[in-house]
Amino acid sequence: MNHDAYDDDYIRGILNGVKSIAMVGASPVNVRPSYFAFKYLAQRGYDMIPVNPGHVGKLLLGKPFVAALSDIGGPVDMIDIFRNSSHIIPVVEEALKLTPLPKVIWMQLGARDDAAAGKAEAAGLKVVMNRCPKIEYGRLSSEISWMGVNSRTLSSKRAPIPTQGMRLSLNRSSLGGGETAASNRAAKKSEPT
Amino acid sequence: MTDRVPGFSTLAVHAGAQPDPTTGARATPIYQTTSFVFNDADHAASLFGLQAFGNIYTRIGNPTTAVLEERVAALEGGTAALAVASGHAAQVVVLQQLLMPGDEFIAARKLYGGSINQFTHAFKSFGWNVAWADPDDIGSFERAVTPKTRAIFIESIANPAGSITDIEAIAEVARKAGVPLIVDNTLATPYLIRPIDHGADIVVHSLTKFLGGHGNSIGGIIVDAGTFDWSKDSKYPMLCEPRPEYHGIRIQETFGNFAFAIACRVLGLRDLGPAISPFNAFLILTGIETLPLRMQKHCENAKAVAEFLSGHRAVAAVNYAGLADDKYNKLARKYAPKGAGAVFTFGLKGGYDAGVSLVSKLKLFSHLANVGDTRSLVIHPASTTHSQLDDAAKVKSGAAPEVVRLSIGIEDKEDLIADLDQALSA
Repeated sequence: MNHDAYDDDYIRGILNGVKSIAMVGASPVNVRPSYFAFKYLAQRGYDMIPVNPGHVGKLLLGKPFVAALSDIGGPVDMIDIFRNSSHIIPVVEEALKLTPLPKVIWMQLGARDDAAAGKAEAAGLKVVMNRCPKIEYGRLSSEISWMGVNSRTLSSKRAPIPTQGMRLSLNRSSLGGGETAASNRAAKKSEPT
Repeated sequence: MTDRVPGFSTLAVHAGAQPDPTTGARATPIYQTTSFVFNDADHAASLFGLQAFGNIYTRIGNPTTAVLEERVAALEGGTAALAVASGHAAQVVVLQQLLMPGDEFIAARKLYGGSINQFTHAFKSFGWNVAWADPDDIGSFERAVTPKTRAIFIESIANPAGSITDIEAIAEVARKAGVPLIVDNTLATPYLIRPIDHGADIVVHSLTKFLGGHGNSIGGIIVDAGTFDWSKDSKYPMLCEPRPEYHGIRIQETFGNFAFAIACRVLGLRDLGPAISPFNAFLILTGIETLPLRMQKHCENAKAVAEFLSGHRAVAAVNYAGLADDKYNKLARKYAPKGAGAVFTFGLKGGYDAGVSLVSKLKLFSHLANVGDTRSLVIHPASTTHSQLDDAAKVKSGAAPEVVRLSIGIEDKEDLIADLDQALSA
C-alpha cells in the first residue's frame, strides 16, 4: 500500500464497507475537529462509538464514552484514531488484541506512523493515514463541493438530496486515477532537493 | 477498476457540475438567492461553526458559484477554489490571509497596471509593504527576501507585453524563503499554463478575461494548490493559530490541504465581503465550457497578427512570445507550448502620435480597457491602464509611450489583419 497516495477506490471501499466506527480521542468540546467528524459520520448513518478515558460516564451525541477499545464489548469495523503520530502505536496494539479484529485502522489528518501501519497490515487490516473520513466522505459524495473543494470526481447522474442519517452514494467517477494529487505534490515538495 | 484520466476539455465542460437534485436540470441553475433555510437550530449552528457542509448566505457561498469554484480548481489541478467579485478582490483576500501590518511581499515589476497601483497605494494603507523584483532577473527576487517576507507574487504571462515568467525558478526562490508563490494566471488560463505544475502554491485569476471570455461579467478566483505547509512556523496566524471568530478552530489543522481556500472564504470573503453574483458565476461558467476552443483560436489569430505586424514598415517592434525571434520565445516553448496567449504589444515608428492615430482609425478593434474578450481590443497603456505610473515605471512595466496593446479575439484573422493594415496605411 502506498500511503502517500491512496486510490479513490481504496477509500471508497472502506467507507462503503464499514458500519461501526470507534473514534479514539473523540472530544465532547464542540469546536474540536474530532467532535464534528464524529457528528458528521453519525449523521451519515455510521454506528459511532466515542473512546476517551477522560470522559467515561458522559454521552457524546447520545453515545456513551468508553475508556478503551477493550471496553466496547462487541465487534467494531473501523478504529479512527484522533491522536497525534506519537500516540498511535499503543492504540494499534490494543486494536490488534480485539476479537474479532477490526477491518480498518484510520489515522486522522496530520497523524502518520508507518511502523504501526505495518503491524496492522501484517495482521490483515486495511490502513489509512493522514486523512479525515469526514473530508473523504464529503469528497467522494461531492457534498464537499459546496465549499468550493475539488472533489476530483464527475457524475452525469442526478444527485440525491441528502437527509438526516442518509448514506450518500460514493460511486462517482474518479479523476486522475484517484490518488490524492495534492498530497502527492505536497510530499514531492517536502523532499530535499 | 482503473479510473480514466479525463482530458482538459472534458473537465472544462463537466467538473463541479451535476444534474440538479430537485429538478434534474442539466445546465447549472442560477441560485439567485441571498440566503438558504436551515433544517433546525443545530444545523444552523453546525454550518456557522464550519462543522457541516452546506449553504448559509450568498456572501459566503452559493451553489452556482460552488460549481464555478470546483471547475476552476479542477482545471488548475488545485484542491479547492474561492470565487470573488473581481480579480482585484482575489488579491486582497489572498494577501489578507498571509500578511499582518508591517509584513512584506515581493511582486514582479511586470504586472497589470491596476495591480501595481493596488500593491503600491491601497495595500500601503493596510501596512502591507511590497518589494518589487524584476522577473527577467531571478536574483532580484532572492535579494528582496527579508525575515518579514510572507509571499511572492508574479503573473505567468505578464501584462501588458505578454512576456513569459520563469515560474519554476521563482518557485525555487519561494521554497527556499519558506513562503508561498502566488501566480496570477489570468492571461494564460489553465489551458495554456498550469502554474501549480510548475511550483505555484496559490493561483489567482481575473475571471473577467479569457475564462469568462465574453466581456460580460466581472469576477475573480483564488485556487489553493494544497502544497504549502502552513503549520511549519508561526508566520501565518490566520492559518495556524486558533481563530477567535470560530471558537478557537485552527483552520490548517481542521481542513488539511485545502485550508488556504477555506481561510479565504471564512476569514476573507465573510468579513471583507467581495462576493460574486450567482448570475455572473453562471455566465463565467458557461464561458469556461468553450475555453479550450476559444484559446486555440485566440492564439492562432494572435500569432498571425503578430507576424503581420512584425513585417509592416510602420511598426518598430512587436513583443509577442510566440514569435521565433522574441526574447521570451524559449520560455514560451517551455511553459506555453500550445500558444503564447493573445495579449501583446507593439511599438510604432511614429511614436505616441502614431499610436493615438492608429487607435482612432481601427474599425473592428474596440478601444477599451479590457483583455480576453471574443472581440479584438486595442488600448494605449501609457494613457490608460498604466497612466498613473511615472515615465520610468511605464517603461519598466512594458508600457512605454509609443506602445500599443492588442487583445486578439476569435474573429477571422484575415479581417483583423485587414483592419490593422488600413489603419496603419491611412
